[in-house]
Amino acid sequence: MVQKLDVLQETPSQTAGPYVHIGLMPTYAGNGGYYDEEIGTTPFIDESKARGEIIEIVGSVFDGTGWAMRDALIESWQCDAKGIFPGQDGADPSFAGHCRFAADAETGEFTLRTVKPGSYKGRGGVESAPHISLWVVARGINIGLNTRIYFEDEKNDDDPLLNRIEQRPRVNTLIAKKTDEGKYRFDIRLQGEGETVFLDI
Amino acid sequence: MTDLGPLIPRNRAIHPDPYDPGYKTSVARSPNLPLLSMESTPSEETGPAFGHGTLGALDNNLILNWTKGAAPAVGERILMHGRVLDEMGRPVPNTLVEIWQANAGGRYRHKKDTYFAPLDPNFGGCGRTITDENGYYEFLTVRPGAYPWPNRANDWRPMHIHISVYGHSFGQRLITQMYFEGDPLIAHCPIAATIKDRSQLDRLVAPLDFSKSRPLDFLAYKFDIVLRGRRQTMFENKLEGM
Ligand SMILES: [Fe+2]
Repeated sequence: MVQKLDVLQETPSQTAGPYVHIGLMPTYAGNGGYYDEEIGTTPFIDESKARGEIIEIVGSVFDGTGWAMRDALIESWQCDAKGIFPGQDGADPSFAGHCRFAADAETGEFTLRTVKPGSYKGRGGVESAPHISLWVVARGINIGLNTRIYFEDEKNDDDPLLNRIEQRPRVNTLIAKKTDEGKYRFDIRLQGEGETVFLDI
Repeated sequence: MTDLGPLIPRNRAIHPDPYDPGYKTSVARSPNLPLLSMESTPSEETGPAFGHGTLGALDNNLILNWTKGAAPAVGERILMHGRVLDEMGRPVPNTLVEIWQANAGGRYRHKKDTYFAPLDPNFGGCGRTITDENGYYEFLTVRPGAYPWPNRANDWRPMHIHISVYGHSFGQRLITQMYFEGDPLIAHCPIAATIKDRSQLDRLVAPLDFSKSRPLDFLAYKFDIVLRGRRQTMFENKLEGM
């Protein structure tokens, strides 16, 4: 026998299921007006005052058969244009950094309208390239999938996460492609050819 | 900012298998390739905060919140309560807890749910609250019904409430489900069975709790939630590689 560890274990995950939208995005689920103020409908507190470039990222979440899922729900979290996270000293007071968005029930396409994040220095002074963190849940996803959006028009060469990806072509799965001024395309592939790099951080 | 330390790496063994043929939808929705593991960074260690100002007075009362207090929902009245803690056993105060569920007949108020149990005109099926300074939360609701779902030819979900929790950092984000003590359907459910270790599944089963049950009004079920903790030692590296 040994001493007992007095730490707890994390609660096990379960799938968010097909009806996750009623809980997290009631208006999307057809229950608009349920709450006076819905959470995460936009990452902006005041878009007209937010500093930095406003961008739109469009994409789909594809399952292992190549089908664009109609029921995926995604959350994003990011720092502001200066690399400061909401809640930290000096953060942009017009930017909340967190958004909930879902695939369109007809087309399977999502749009995230936000500010382009800045780079920041993490523990040990290591600089990360600008990125947005994502968390994807849906029916059939038993534990939420974490990934990141980087940008093809930023300098990504020294990013500590991208540099850990052994198979270099897979780095591209995390990089949004610029389609127009302020517009990007970012697709997520859950499985198979072009499978997105998912994170355990 | 003081450095609270990196997040404790997730123990994936306690979680469901992402790929589980018994739960058919997971087959094409689970990554084939290994996850990329590394120590947490500010992107995972920070997270959104929500104030009490966002919430309405009835948000954690599912018996009344759909009708804005006009008429109560049908069903067995229950209090769902518990604490949000981290792996170090510390309470997680001021964090958002959201729930959603079927009504007492097993029907969701969602445009995609076509089960012939009727909608209850007085029940919406979701609620939210913010934990207090000791990590406590409470919801008043009705016990959801079991319902059939398309998987194998005759699969039924046990009675359950879906729960979403933030914690204080995006890397703690968790969605799970609460089951009810004594429900015989738990043992037959392919979604519950995605958790391979039965002792871990048991941690999702809320016991009946008479200490919080109100005579002549409601029964109570207790459900504590543990989120990832932060590692703090005297020997954390201040500089990469030193
Ligand atoms: Fe459910």
